[in-house]
Amino acid sequence: MRRRSLLVAAVVVVVAAVIVVLAVRSRAPTPAVIRIGLNAELTGGIPVVGASCKNGAELAVEEVNAAGGLEVGGRKYRVELLVEDNEDKAESAAAAAHKLNTAGVLLMIGPNASRNAIPAAEVAESAKLPMISPWSTAVKTTIDAATGQPKKFVFRAAFIDDFQGVVAAKFALQELKTTRPAVLYDVASEYNKGIAEVYKKTIEAAGVSVVAFETYTTGDKDFSSQLTKIRAAGADSLFLPNYYSEVPLQVQQARRLGFTGVIFGSDSWGNLELITLCGKECEGLYFTTHYATDIATPKAQAFIKAYESKYGKTPDDVAALTYDSFGLAFQAIRAAGRVDRQAVRDALAGITQYEGVTGVMQFKGTGDPVKSAVIIQIKEGKFRYHSTAQP
Amino acid sequence: MGLAVQYLLNALQVGSVYALIALGYTMVYGILTMINFAHGDIFMVSTYIAFFVGVALLGSALHLGAVPVFLATMLAAVLGTATLAAVIERVAYKPLRQAPRVSAVITALGVGLFLENFTLATIGPEPRFLPPLVPVGRIVLGGVVISTVQAQTIVLSALVMLLLDTIVRRTMTGMAMRAVSWDKFTAPLMGVPVDRIITLTFALGASIAAVGGVLYGMAYTIDPYMGIRIGWWAFISAVVGGIGNIRGAMIGGYILGAVEIFTPILLPSTYRDFVAFSLLLVFLIFRPTGILGRPVAMKV
Repeated sequence: MRRRSLLVAAVVVVVAAVIVVLAVRSRAPTPAVIRIGLNAELTGGIPVVGASCKNGAELAVEEVNAAGGLEVGGRKYRVELLVEDNEDKAESAAAAAHKLNTAGVLLMIGPNASRNAIPAAEVAESAKLPMISPWSTAVKTTIDAATGQPKKFVFRAAFIDDFQGVVAAKFALQELKTTRPAVLYDVASEYNKGIAEVYKKTIEAAGVSVVAFETYTTGDKDFSSQLTKIRAAGADSLFLPNYYSEVPLQVQQARRLGFTGVIFGSDSWGNLELITLCGKECEGLYFTTHYATDIATPKAQAFIKAYESKYGKTPDDVAALTYDSFGLAFQAIRAAGRVDRQAVRDALAGITQYEGVTGVMQFKGTGDPVKSAVIIQIKEGKFRYHSTAQP
Repeated sequence: MGLAVQYLLNALQVGSVYALIALGYTMVYGILTMINFAHGDIFMVSTYIAFFVGVALLGSALHLGAVPVFLATMLAAVLGTATLAAVIERVAYKPLRQAPRVSAVITALGVGLFLENFTLATIGPEPRFLPPLVPVGRIVLGGVVISTVQAQTIVLSALVMLLLDTIVRRTMTGMAMRAVSWDKFTAPLMGVPVDRIITLTFALGASIAAVGGVLYGMAYTIDPYMGIRIGWWAFISAVVGGIGNIRGAMIGGYILGAVEIFTPILLPSTYRDFVAFSLLLVFLIFRPTGILGRPVAMKV
């Protein structure tokens, strides 16, 4: 009994202390700090994406702070990064967005995967919190599900899947000269599903029929049933618009089952982890993506150099797009003239052209940039530029 | 025809791994009537042991051949995992032997969470491939393609199961296990060291899972959370076969392998878990003792 009352007293004291601390903190005058939230996939199915995103973000913030901070309305602000892990889960991505919103960030960067970006975008839109997704390419991310109109507070640094699906289809038809194309995609993930559907539509519009259109669910590791079907359908090419963590398994299983056709994918492949996991089996394969390090512009070269000296590795597309998202955000915050979400949103919407490290982005009244895509071939364990596809 | 054989082979490969893991569930249930929900995560740890040992051996200056490397990796995974399971049993489950059964189950869930998050924190979330321990090749027979990994998995699993069946049925230790599962209170009167037998059962179950872990790791990627889904599927295998029954667990494993492979052929692939868990429900409602489980069936 005595121990219990002691325990109760202890709890009361702790709670009281927390309340006092919170009250004091909320009364403190606002320091000259701008907080930007990062909603990233640090754990879960695609942890390397989260790590690259965090690296790109930290580099961008470090650079702006080293230059004396952001100047907004004649006053200098230090930028502070608030990182939240969304565990690569839709519900956690929404929760992370809520948390960042409550923490009072001026703007949120991320999430990256569309399956996380879509729910987080819903939260951002209703909280009137400006959001930029670096890597989400699904059309739905920036579209309001209820009205079908573009969302007001959601922007992105990547091209959209309607474009990428078309690029992949044209590449398959014109360069790979496929006549019996097949697709295997994750039906439970927005990105994979969206791009697979556009690919199929474009291929069929050109009069070629897709001989196998097979699905799986996020986290599956055995694709032998689907791949056996694909092989039995006599496919000569296989499109895998899936994440880098799953593609090596799919390529390996396809080859072990005796599939000899060409295999290619989309920007979700663009991570060097793919080569680590896949080894020789991914040699010679192609994918569409945002930028290629071997044809970089001077601005991109500076970024690549800074990134390499800080982290000791080549920045992948997520790191580059995150860096560009911060570039866009900084430009908008400066242009807004005051630290206010609505003003930042209006300034973001007012940007018509931005030259980032992933190329020139043009905004035409929506949160979706128009930009070119590149096709990469994997050669000798490296991502090599193959060709460019214009919008 | 060729296609059907191909599907069947794929199902056998997946089913072998489920069966090997299901054996651990069923043996522990047989002896303690407890579901060791950490078993899937113990399986996960075995794949990581195999990963690190495999990488070290292949990278070492010893230049061992493929067969010694494979055997050494397997041995390290089996011993490491067995030790881990024995330690878990002594530290986490033994103090709760007299507590209500639900306490042990909750502790098992906790141990599972600990293993997942410990791996996540120390090794990291990136999925990994085991290095190719044995040269990967393909055998083509008619329209059927058999990879060496597939053949290895099917044959080795069958051998291990045969070995286990012999241990349980023909050795003194096996007899002691059966005695403890039969009557935990009378067995010590006959001179059976109950605590030691229980620890041994955990270790044996984990060893078999480790064999499955190495074989699984050679075919698929490994990650800290892999044990959750595979653990559940193996658990369903054990229930379908008749929990507590060793041969039942083997049969259940192959059935779940067939579910895994044939569901995406007949239905959309998203129905896999739905079919597997429906099977669990149907069995729990209409035949809770499973295919082979009878009230008087041999347990362990």
